[in-house]
Amino acid sequence: MVIKKPSDIKSSEITDKKVYLNRRLFMRGAALAGSALATGWLYRSLNAPPPPPRVNAKIENIVKPQPTFEVPAVNEKLTPLESITTYNNFYEFDTNKGGVASAAADFVTRPWSVSVEGLVNKPKTFDIDELIGLAPQEERIYRFRCVEGWSMVIPWDGFPLSKLLEAVEPQSSAKYVAFQTLYDPKRMPNQSSGILDWPYVEGLRMDEAMHPLVILATGIYGEVLPPQDGAPVRLVVPWKYGFKSIKSIVKIKLVGTEPPTTWNIAAPDEYGFYSNVNPQVNHPRWSQARERRIGEFGTRPTLMFNGYAEQVAHLYDGMDLKKYF
Amino acid sequence: MTPDAKFSRLMVFVNSLVPLTLLLWDAAHRRMGANPLEFATRTTGMLTLVFLLISLAVTPARKLTGWQWLGKHRRMLGLFAFFYGFLHLMTYVWFDKFFNLKAAALDILNRPFIAVGMAAFFIMVPLAITSTNKMVKRLGGKRWNRLHRIVYLSGALGALHYYMLVKADTRLPLTLAAVLGVLLGYRLFIKYIQPKPPARLLAPPR
Repeated sequence: MVIKKPSDIKSSEITDKKVYLNRRLFMRGAALAGSALATGWLYRSLNAPPPPPRVNAKIENIVKPQPTFEVPAVNEKLTPLESITTYNNFYEFDTNKGGVASAAADFVTRPWSVSVEGLVNKPKTFDIDELIGLAPQEERIYRFRCVEGWSMVIPWDGFPLSKLLEAVEPQSSAKYVAFQTLYDPKRMPNQSSGILDWPYVEGLRMDEAMHPLVILATGIYGEVLPPQDGAPVRLVVPWKYGFKSIKSIVKIKLVGTEPPTTWNIAAPDEYGFYSNVNPQVNHPRWSQARERRIGEFGTRPTLMFNGYAEQVAHLYDGMDLKKYF
Repeated sequence: MTPDAKFSRLMVFVNSLVPLTLLLWDAAHRRMGANPLEFATRTTGMLTLVFLLISLAVTPARKLTGWQWLGKHRRMLGLFAFFYGFLHLMTYVWFDKFFNLKAAALDILNRPFIAVGMAAFFIMVPLAITSTNKMVKRLGGKRWNRLHRIVYLSGALGALHYYMLVKADTRLPLTLAAVLGVLLGYRLFIKYIQPKPPARLLAPPR
C-alpha cells in the first residue's frame, strides 16, 4: 500500500476551493429547481387548464329558418365553440366546469335510445338516430343564462320538442313533461357520489314544453353535440336557467302532476320548479340582476325571461313569479 | 442566520411563488379557460386556504417530528396565505367590481358568503402587521400568541366562505374544514389534555 506524503500529491489533484463551492452551489440550484418543478407539477395536476377541444363530426343539411315572432333572431356575438365545449356544468362527470370535457371525453353515445311514455296514445322507445330523423335539424341561436351568473350565446342545432310530443299523441290528462338523464355510474363516474340525487330529472309544464322556442338539441355550430354538452340529445329552454336544460336524455314521460326536479330536491329554497330567468328575484346566495357574458370582461344586466319576455311572458299571466321562482 | 437557514428560507419562498408564477403564465398565454376571472378567483382563494393550513401545520409537525427548524418557516407561510388572500380579494374588488364600492357593499348584503370571506381576510390583517420580530417583542410573547390564535377563526371563516359558495359538491370545503379541525384539535390536546412532564424534566415527552 502506497501512502503518499502530502508533498507527493500534485497540487492539480486537490479539489480547488472554487470548484468545491461551485459544486455546492450547483447542488443547491438543483434542489431549488427540483422542488420548484415538483410544486409546479402538483399545482398543475390539481388546477389543470382545460384541454384543447376535439373536432366533432359535421351535421349534414342544417336548415336555417327565417326569424319569426315566436323564434326571433339573436344578433349578438356568438360565444366561441371552445368556450362552449370547455366550460360546462355537468355534475355527472365533474363538478369543476373546466374538468367536464376531459372527464366526459370517452363517453359513448351509440347505441342510445330514448323512451317516450306516460299519458300518451303512442308510447315509443326511439333509437337516437330515428329520434333525430323526426324533423329537419334547424339552427337556433339562443342566449343561455346559467343560474351562477354567467351567460353565452350558442348556435344550437336541433328541432322543436313539440314535434316529438306530437308524434306520441299526448292525452288531455297530460299536464307536465318529466325528463330523465342516463343513470350509469360506470359511464358517468360522479353518479357514484352522493352530491345530487341521481339520475338527474327535470320537468316542464305542458304549455312550456310545446312552446316553439323549446328544442331538443343534437349539435352546436353545425357539429355533433360533444359529450360535455349533453350528447347525444339534450333539452334547451332558453328563457330558463341553464340547469333546466337537461342533458343526455333517456326518458321523457308525460304526467298529470308537477314532477320532481333535481336541483329543487337538493335545495328547495334556492331552485324552484319554474326557474325562469328573472333579474328581480335573487338567488338566496347571490344577485341575479347582472351576468357575465363569457368572453366579456365586465358584466351586463340580465333580461327578464333572458330576453324572451315577448315570447313567453303570457305563459305566466297572473302568476306571482316571486312565489313560483 | 447560517447559510443553511438562509437557503431553506429561499426554498420556501421560491416554492410559495410557483403557483402565482404559473397563474400569471396561464394568464399571459390565455390558458385560463372560458371564464378567466372565475379561474383566477378560485385559484387564489384555494391557495389562501392551502397556505393558511400549511402554516398552521408547522407547529404540530415540528412537535411530532422534533425538527425544530420547521418553526422558522411558519411566518413566511402565514404571510403567503395573507398575500394570496389579498390577491383573491383583488380579483373581486378590482376585476369583478372595478373598485365600485357601492356595488361591493350591496353584494355583501345580498351574498353573505362574501361578507364571511371579507371577515376571514380582515382578521388576517393585524396578524400580518404584527408578524415582524419587532412587533413580537413589543407585544410580548404571551400577548402575541394570544392574538395570533385568531388565525383559526380566519381559517374557519375561510372554509365556511367556500362551503357557502358551492352549490352541491361540498366535499372540498368540508375536507379543508376537517384538516383545520384536526390541526386545532391537536393544539388543544397539547394544551389541555396531554399530561405535562414535570417542569424540571428536560427530555421531551415520549
